[in-house]
Amino acid sequence: MDATPRTTPRKSATFDDYSLSEIRRAAESGIYDIRGAGAKRKVPHFDDLLFLGASMSRYPLEGYREKCATDLWLGTRFARKPIHIKIPITIAGMSFGSLSAQAKEALGRGASIMGTSTTTGDGGMTEEERGHSEILVYQLLPSRYGMNPDDLRRADAIEIVVGQGAKPGGGGMLLGQKITERVAEMRTLPVGIDQRSACRHPDWTGPDDLEIKIEELREITDWEKPIYIKVGASRPYYDTALAVKSGADVIVLDGMQGGTAATQEVFIEHVGLPILGAIRPAVQALQDLDMHRKVQLIVSGGIRNGADVAKALALGADAVSIGSAALAALGDNDPHWEHEYAKLGTTAGAYDDWHEGRDPAGISTQDPELGARLHPEVTGRRLANYLSVMTLEAQTIARACGKSHVRNLEPEDLVALTVEAAAMAKVPLAGTDWIPGSKSSW
Amino acid sequence: MCGIVGLFLKDPALEPELGRLTAGMLATMSDRGPDSAGFAVYAAGQPGQTKLTVRSTSPLAAEELSVAVEAAFSGVQTVLHDTHVVISIPDQEIEALIKWLEREVPEAEIVGRGTRMEIFKEVGLPSSVAQRFGLATMSGTHAIGHTRMATESAVTTDGAHPYSTGTDQCLVHNGSLSNHNNLRRELKREGLHFETENDTEVAAGYLTWRMREGLSLGDALKVGLDDLDGFYTFVVGTENGFGVLRDGIACKPAVMAETDQYVAFGSEYRVLATLPGIEHARVWEPEPATVYFWER
Amino acid sequence: MPEVDLGVTPLRELNAALHRLTPETNERHWVIDHPAGRHAIAAGLNVPVTIEINGPVGYYCAGMNKYATVLINGSAGVGVAENMMSGFVHVTGDASQSAGATGRGGLLRIDGNASSRCGISMKGIDIVVKGSVGHMSAFMAQAGNLVVFGDAGDSLGDSIYEARLFVRGSVKSLGADCVEKEMRDEHKRAIHQVLTQAGFDGEVDPSEFKRYGSARRLYHFHVDHAEEY
Repeated sequence: MDATPRTTPRKSATFDDYSLSEIRRAAESGIYDIRGAGAKRKVPHFDDLLFLGASMSRYPLEGYREKCATDLWLGTRFARKPIHIKIPITIAGMSFGSLSAQAKEALGRGASIMGTSTTTGDGGMTEEERGHSEILVYQLLPSRYGMNPDDLRRADAIEIVVGQGAKPGGGGMLLGQKITERVAEMRTLPVGIDQRSACRHPDWTGPDDLEIKIEELREITDWEKPIYIKVGASRPYYDTALAVKSGADVIVLDGMQGGTAATQEVFIEHVGLPILGAIRPAVQALQDLDMHRKVQLIVSGGIRNGADVAKALALGADAVSIGSAALAALGDNDPHWEHEYAKLGTTAGAYDDWHEGRDPAGISTQDPELGARLHPEVTGRRLANYLSVMTLEAQTIARACGKSHVRNLEPEDLVALTVEAAAMAKVPLAGTDWIPGSKSSW
Repeated sequence: MCGIVGLFLKDPALEPELGRLTAGMLATMSDRGPDSAGFAVYAAGQPGQTKLTVRSTSPLAAEELSVAVEAAFSGVQTVLHDTHVVISIPDQEIEALIKWLEREVPEAEIVGRGTRMEIFKEVGLPSSVAQRFGLATMSGTHAIGHTRMATESAVTTDGAHPYSTGTDQCLVHNGSLSNHNNLRRELKREGLHFETENDTEVAAGYLTWRMREGLSLGDALKVGLDDLDGFYTFVVGTENGFGVLRDGIACKPAVMAETDQYVAFGSEYRVLATLPGIEHARVWEPEPATVYFWER
Repeated sequence: MPEVDLGVTPLRELNAALHRLTPETNERHWVIDHPAGRHAIAAGLNVPVTIEINGPVGYYCAGMNKYATVLINGSAGVGVAENMMSGFVHVTGDASQSAGATGRGGLLRIDGNASSRCGISMKGIDIVVKGSVGHMSAFMAQAGNLVVFGDAGDSLGDSIYEARLFVRGSVKSLGADCVEKEMRDEHKRAIHQVLTQAGFDGEVDPSEFKRYGSARRLYHFHVDHAEEY
């Protein structure tokens, strides 16, 4: 007998391989999936935007000979000592604890070569980082691990963390395998336990009380330091307005592609906005308050190359911040370690179980042997090279658009490839003059 | 996010000072709320008369409205305060007046109604708002006030507190509700109207609705603890006193002071620092999820 | 002995002057008048001097204090002695929310009542409260001693780590993973030591206190405790 004809086996788009494996994992463990990195699924991003280069009505600048400046001042609103960075790219807050000491040192070295800043994270300031970073931003987080007035005074700026893009509304997370003796001592925690974290600050809630907290920090540091407020992209128009009203010098806005050392997968993928949708509302809020450029805006979340930098600036940001990209420059997820990724059940480019602390590249680990694989001088140099390339790329684009300073890039230099990107960035669909939803309130 | 002040006088001798003391408290709260300000004063009323506070679009429009009302209704008295008009009218004519206003001056808004309550609110710094309305010269038995830092809705007068929840009742709020959009939709189905996207307007509407369904204000606040989600400190004004409620987590600040002469409320102690006899007052913070009331 | 009237001198000037003091200074005792509830008074001190403040203070008085002795003759607003590193802060009146928040060392003494979240996230500070403390006190408290003569409100020690809580009066309710623990001689000695440092001289008997601390069930995530996170 002939067999009955069969259709081609078809997998479900809804119950795809990943979803089914996650259901099995949940059934086995009874605990949510925790991982590092930012949102991995495809969302509208800078790739959906294009620049309009010089043509009949716009004239380019000669590369190398005709200057295209890249520097900027941060903290000019209230700080007695605003900081000057040479490139519009900073290194985002990442904790010692989530990262190895070697990684923190490498970040400091690379940033200092290029004349830009690094930022501490949820564990506090280490001597290595202060020693190797010429410009260091010190975070004030809900946990207050390691917080002390001496570090506040030797920081170059202070960043109050309301939230971050990977988990707007979530607190820090560090699991027992990374709470080594040194980390435990800095955080006043028992060695080897899973750190539970607060998601709200212990002594203020809301912008009205944040205003008073900022006043205290300024008084303690004699009004010297620029004060940043960092928020995860959520309600960017209102969040920016409130940050201004609370008295911030700088606002840091982190989109959902922004990485974390560890949090719940559902938080990363399903809470927050892509950075592309957050920049225009934030800039609009600044403009409505007549604070654009007076309160600086730094954006982050998926910045990868000079084109991303230029596009963020064109939309109105003053600078960008990189986290995941900086780690990649140091060697994170490098195929060089493929045989080790395979042993961990993953592959280069997919490795995100940073909370387990077994990073073959020696970056997101507290294991001394693994950490020793990362050579801070060499990798610091790599970071500097990468920052340099991003800056040159941004300058190339800016020159092609006729700009002598990258900050002169503007939204009218951009068009979008998709309707979503056009609506989110409020620039026309390429080849048309149509901006979807252009009658909305901002 | 905001600053709240409240003053309830036990001592009649202080009644002429009510406005001056409240204006001082309000000015201190400028830092917490620079966008707009408002206050409710419970002044003397007349038996058989109802007062309507109407907000016009400009001082000129208020003047014109005042003239028009006096022409249309006999036995009516109007008092002009910048953009606001307080219209005093015999009880039996109040509905006719309201209909007349809706028809003739639709752009004007009725912000308060009651025997004794008058409500004033505008965009601007608290001290200039207080000055525009002459708060410092007002007298009465109790007052509540509010300074606003707009969070999720626009900075317009529509967003300013106090919101009236009924006759001689009003509400001010410091905090941020998290389920007000759903609640607004439900309350609209119950027949309530909303002018803004503001969360406080929803809280006021919720209390109005609960009382319409038969609950006392105190009980409405109690069940509100379950129905209203988010962080809030509420101060409500009633004909004879005022009430205070903080949500169960109680992160938003609240300080109270009591002497033989008054009970006062402030978002920060600074607000109370200029009150007479404050050095010997009993100062405390209201407990979370507990309804407090002071009445004559 | 410098005397500063905050009704006349701007706060910024006072704090700047205090920050310029060196450990060898002769100006060892300052008196501050008319604080009128201002915020951040004497925040960020880092020399062993004494600051006496006559009147009620606002938020974050003596914030991040190091080495100094701060006497507040009045009540204190939110976050008094927040993140204190060392030294002594004494409030004769009441303290508002988050007293001693995230404090890492030193001693905070409150003669009146402390409001909610007293000792929240404390990291080594010792706190003595003669009155009662409000709800969520010692929330996520990591290290240090909280000694309360009066009562404690709801959810005492919620999500507590290794801090030790001693309450003489009643506890309205205990927070997640906080349990009553045995009082042994070492704990009575610890109470006695903290009280002596705070200026008490035998008025209070350490054996009248009950001890509360972490059950340590939340130190490693387990699905059966999922509701307590």
